[in-house]
Amino acid sequence: MHELAIAESVVEAARNRAAGRRVSVVRLRIGRLSGVVPDALEFAFEVATAGTDLDGASLEIDDVAARATCHVCKADFILDDPIPLCPCGSADVEIVAGRELAMVSIDVEEDVSCAATADAETPTYG
Amino acid sequence: MCSNCGCGDSDVRVTAPDGHTHTHTLDLEIAVLAKNDELAAANRAWLHEWSLTMVNVMSSPGAGKTTLLEHTIGSFPQPVGVIEGDQETSYDAQRIRQAGALAVQVNTGTGCHLDAAMTRHALDELAPEAGSLVIVENVGNLVCPALFDLGEAAKVVVISVTEGDDKPLKYPHMFTAADLVLVNKTDLLPYVDFDLGRLTADARRLNPDVEVLAVSARTGENTAAWHTWLDRLSP
Repeated sequence: MHELAIAESVVEAARNRAAGRRVSVVRLRIGRLSGVVPDALEFAFEVATAGTDLDGASLEIDDVAARATCHVCKADFILDDPIPLCPCGSADVEIVAGRELAMVSIDVEEDVSCAATADAETPTYG
Repeated sequence: MCSNCGCGDSDVRVTAPDGHTHTHTLDLEIAVLAKNDELAAANRAWLHEWSLTMVNVMSSPGAGKTTLLEHTIGSFPQPVGVIEGDQETSYDAQRIRQAGALAVQVNTGTGCHLDAAMTRHALDELAPEAGSLVIVENVGNLVCPALFDLGEAAKVVVISVTEGDDKPLKYPHMFTAADLVLVNKTDLLPYVDFDLGRLTADARRLNPDVEVLAVSARTGENTAAWHTWLDRLSP
């Protein structure tokens, strides 16, 4: 269950960037070859966020298919399993997508009074 | 600019007096394991500075990692230091010390793998002499340790013949990450249905360049090849 350690890393990185603001959404990009199971990560994320600035935040996962390029027939193809083998039979392939394990972005929320912030701006009515 | 009221945009004057919540999207585009990877890179630099070679040995529980290390300590020409990862107990570190090497036990509690930070603390405690071989015996687990870079020079997966020859395709991430597959307990080959050819072929379907060695840590059979492999890693 390494997904808990992954979720804890996500929470730590999000909290550092949020700098005290509440985090409402965390977006991740997870490749099929990353070794991380999205369902397990969603469960771990709930556990890891409880009682933090991310409590109640939603997790949006962009699930990235594994793709490879064959150096023999030059085909670009989807890998359905972790075996890097081209349909042409060649194993001389390069994996070009599917190993991603990235934090794409977060949404942070701030309670503000707009009048206060807007008054600082110079009105520029035509 | 705020999507609720337009505040924050110099072209818009906002008069809404009520407070509300602003939502901002912060683009990150960072690796989830960036912190671990940074610490692993720092470990790698520190190891290089002290001419230390670190190997990360992984397997399922009971594959014979500790027996392999006991044998290695007794016969490898350079000094050996060992970082032992287990959820609980110091049994393995005691065995390593009895075999004549420095050992630090890391207990991960509920954790299923070692990470770069744990390794850093263990290296500081181990304080291996310059030129040593440092072997990390990771927590017995064929899944989770594969994802975490510790700063090692190479990853070794140990698989014993009693576990079956079907493990590479069942645990592909581990075999994909490995630099060496070390098949252990070859002294038991006459008693089990284990096809070394199948295991080797499957491991190389996942990881075409992976090396495969078959040894018996118990009898010492072919362990010279393992030592040669370790020796090649030295800076």
